[in-house]
Amino acid sequence: MTLLAHTGIIFGRCLRSTLRSKTNLLFGMLQPLLFLALFGPLLTQLDMGVSGTSWQTLVPGVLVQLALLGGSYVGLGLLMDRNLGVLDRMRATPVSPLALLLGRTLRDVVQLVAQSVLLVLLGLVFGLRAPLLGVLIGLLFVAVLAAALSALSYGLAMNVRTPPEFAAIANTAAMPLMLLSGLLLPMTLAPGWLEGVSRAVPFRYTVDAVRQVFLGHYVTTTVAVGAAVTSALAVLCLVGGARLFRRR
Amino acid sequence: MSSSVIHLRGLTRTFSLSSGPVHAVRGIDLTVGRGEILGFLGPNGAGKTTTLRMLTTLLPPSGGAAEIAGHDLLRDPAGVRRRIGYVAQSGGLDPACSVREELVTQGRLHLMSKAAAAGRADELAGELGLSGLMERPTAALSGGQRRRVEIALGLVNRPEVLFLDEPTTGLDPGSRAELWDLVRRVRAEHGTTVFLTTHYLDEADALADRIVVVDAGRIVAEGTPAELKRRYAGDPDASLQDAFLAITGRTTADEPLAI
Ligand SMILES: Nc1ncnc2c1ncn2[C@@H]1O[C@H](COP(=O)(O)OP(=O)(O)OP(=O)(O)O)[C@@H](O)[C@H]1O
Ligand SMILES: [Mg+2]
Repeated sequence: MTLLAHTGIIFGRCLRSTLRSKTNLLFGMLQPLLFLALFGPLLTQLDMGVSGTSWQTLVPGVLVQLALLGGSYVGLGLLMDRNLGVLDRMRATPVSPLALLLGRTLRDVVQLVAQSVLLVLLGLVFGLRAPLLGVLIGLLFVAVLAAALSALSYGLAMNVRTPPEFAAIANTAAMPLMLLSGLLLPMTLAPGWLEGVSRAVPFRYTVDAVRQVFLGHYVTTTVAVGAAVTSALAVLCLVGGARLFRRR
Repeated sequence: MSSSVIHLRGLTRTFSLSSGPVHAVRGIDLTVGRGEILGFLGPNGAGKTTTLRMLTTLLPPSGGAAEIAGHDLLRDPAGVRRRIGYVAQSGGLDPACSVREELVTQGRLHLMSKAAAAGRADELAGELGLSGLMERPTAALSGGQRRRVEIALGLVNRPEVLFLDEPTTGLDPGSRAELWDLVRRVRAEHGTTVFLTTHYLDEADALADRIVVVDAGRIVAEGTPAELKRRYAGDPDASLQDAFLAITGRTTADEPLAI
């Protein structure tokens, strides 16, 4: 059997367990949803120095935020499985070790994209207008980013011992990265130094690209750079995650 | 087919901690025959779990070599995994999963087709008295029921060698006796080799064909229960407890409880 088939086995197992806990599914969406509902309306009258409506700026940001926060926390579930001995039980079977990582990551991607679709639909209710093609490309960006962060998160979870330790590291990393990538407000509003610093954060390029495609601009430098940075990040994180996952 | 199914030479494992190296396993040579029930005994921290984790491919050895069910542990870990079952000290059940979900998935992890995995799950449930529990989440099982499910998971692939790490810890006397019967039955019906660790000397006495005592990462005694009693306690009618204490040098009198 191929790696793909092995990944499918793990994916199925993880997906069923996700579908079993429906509360988790909604809780994961709560934060981005609140930003959309309670923060979004504040922006409608504001001049943010960008083209399009404020929803075309905010919704992409909220999608990337979902991938960033949701993706970086998935390791917590793996840590629980590790502590319960579930992971060791699976590692002692002939299923490919890499599939144990990829199957989980694939489940996370599917879950985060499904949640993203819900967020976009909600955005439509609030007043978002964006071309369908743009939204689909935007979701693709979200999927690739989610894969990167999820793999990295699992790599981290294999190398810490307790959930508090994991949460401390994930939190400390995610918060500044989120603020620095201009997810909620575009970096066009930032003073020069902050804008400069934000150029070092890869998610910045992802969100800028998603904003462009939501405006219907598909063939621009921003989109190309966003695609390149996001895919490079994904390759890096998947390779790194796989190595961290295998060690031990 | 050779008559030995586990062959270890100079197996060692050292953990490096910031406080210094921990020599958990210091060189184990051991051969286990096909169909044998081996009791692996030793005080806390002797290196039993570490040895088992190496033999089940979960932990790379620091040194030595091992062949299990005809496959080299280091060169062909996947071949080893196909032919073994492992029930860890901590069990490894997902509390939210149903018994059926666990059993079927385990079959899939052993690369069975969906139909074969589902069939095998029902078959094992019948054999191990789990049929009435299939739809229950594992969190809602008693300790004895949970152990049976865990052992069923270890048997899904009809392993040549079944590794059990303290399988009866925490079980009441009735459940322990049931589990002994189960282990004997698995060996009798399928010729499965069973490698089990335990702290209960009566368990080793009742169940094991041969006992290996480890202490501080080394084998310090080996033999049938009767041999150990004769050799170390000087009397085949002595209890295995006396022999064990003589071997590991720990006597209850020397070691007052720290309060
Ligand atoms: N991951 C680890 N890192 C560092 N040291 C470890 C690790 N795992 C085990 N050890 C050490 O290795 C030694 C052997 O541990 P092991 O768990 O194999 O003992 P055991 O015989 O199974 O004990 P018990 O009867 O208590 O289960 C102990 O000193 C333990 O502290
Ligand atoms: Mg142990």
